[in-house]
Amino acid sequence: MTGTVVTVTSGKGGVGKTTAVANIAVALASEGKKVVCIDGDIGLRNLDVIMGLENRIVYDIVDVVEGRCRTRQAMIRDKRLPELFLIPAAQTRDKNAVSPSDMVRLCDELRAEMDWILIDSPAGIERGFRNAVAPADRVLIVTNPEMSAVRDADRVIGLLEAEEKPAPSLIINRLNPNMVRRGDMLSVDDVYDLLRIDVIGIVPEDENVIVASNRGMPLALDGKSKAGQAFRNIARRLNGEQVPFIDLESTSLWDRLVKLAGRK
Amino acid sequence: MGFFERLTGKKSARSAKERLQLVLIHDRTDLSPAMLDVLKDDLIAVISRHIEIDPNAVRIDLTREGREQRLVADIPLRPAVRRRAN
Repeated sequence: MTGTVVTVTSGKGGVGKTTAVANIAVALASEGKKVVCIDGDIGLRNLDVIMGLENRIVYDIVDVVEGRCRTRQAMIRDKRLPELFLIPAAQTRDKNAVSPSDMVRLCDELRAEMDWILIDSPAGIERGFRNAVAPADRVLIVTNPEMSAVRDADRVIGLLEAEEKPAPSLIINRLNPNMVRRGDMLSVDDVYDLLRIDVIGIVPEDENVIVASNRGMPLALDGKSKAGQAFRNIARRLNGEQVPFIDLESTSLWDRLVKLAGRK
Repeated sequence: MGFFERLTGKKSARSAKERLQLVLIHDRTDLSPAMLDVLKDDLIAVISRHIEIDPNAVRIDLTREGREQRLVADIPLRPAVRRRAN
């Protein structure tokens, strides 16, 4: 087995990287794939709480890298999906405890037994970002349709180009279709026109994302929500399937009727 | 219609896109508008040593095609007929 290493990064913080990793991982594992997520944000770990696995941490990535435990021992198995694992970040360690070559070595070991290795990159373009990107076969850039997120995404794309990494794909997260329709939010076409990289996912803004994180139950687990569906579609596209995008922006006749009815 | 929209006659997404287009070009090339002006003056000086041009008609722009930026200089030449007549 030769697993694929997918790094999820963004430049800007708070755009939904961790949510994307948790949901794509859950979606891939639901399709029967063996998946391990690595939290690359040493000192500010969060993937554990988003996945609902925070109470089961014994060892973390620094323990693995420094040889205090075997890799298997640091892999927390998700009880809901037996082929889904998490390697948590260390919370109390300095972020320089792990190097890019440590990450390459760890991922090479994991490739042998996993289908997918998903790395949740920290925000920024420093050491943690370099660690997360070093072993990547594919890079997914998460952005929001908003000035600073798009600008930072462009910086990251430029850095990846300079390092001759494979061309990244874009996830446009937290799109608010009503605001796009009103002309108060950049559309998918606008963001694509600015960044010019392949779009692999469009995720609508969805209150259920917060509810899901409150419960530690990623949306893609069962969700009928649109965001959950969008993340499942991203997982299928990663698997090479052609999946049409959910139409979020167009104003259908029904939408217009609803609007008219609400306006009286 | 919101306050800013009335002021500028423009939807905010449109402003965002136009502003980002400029910001991204300068981020990608590491060229500030001020540096572009200096470059333009140098270019005019060098070209003027060889041919007669109208410095006020010179335009220097950064344009983009996909993820590539291009420096485009438009330098209208003074007609040769007039030069010969002088």
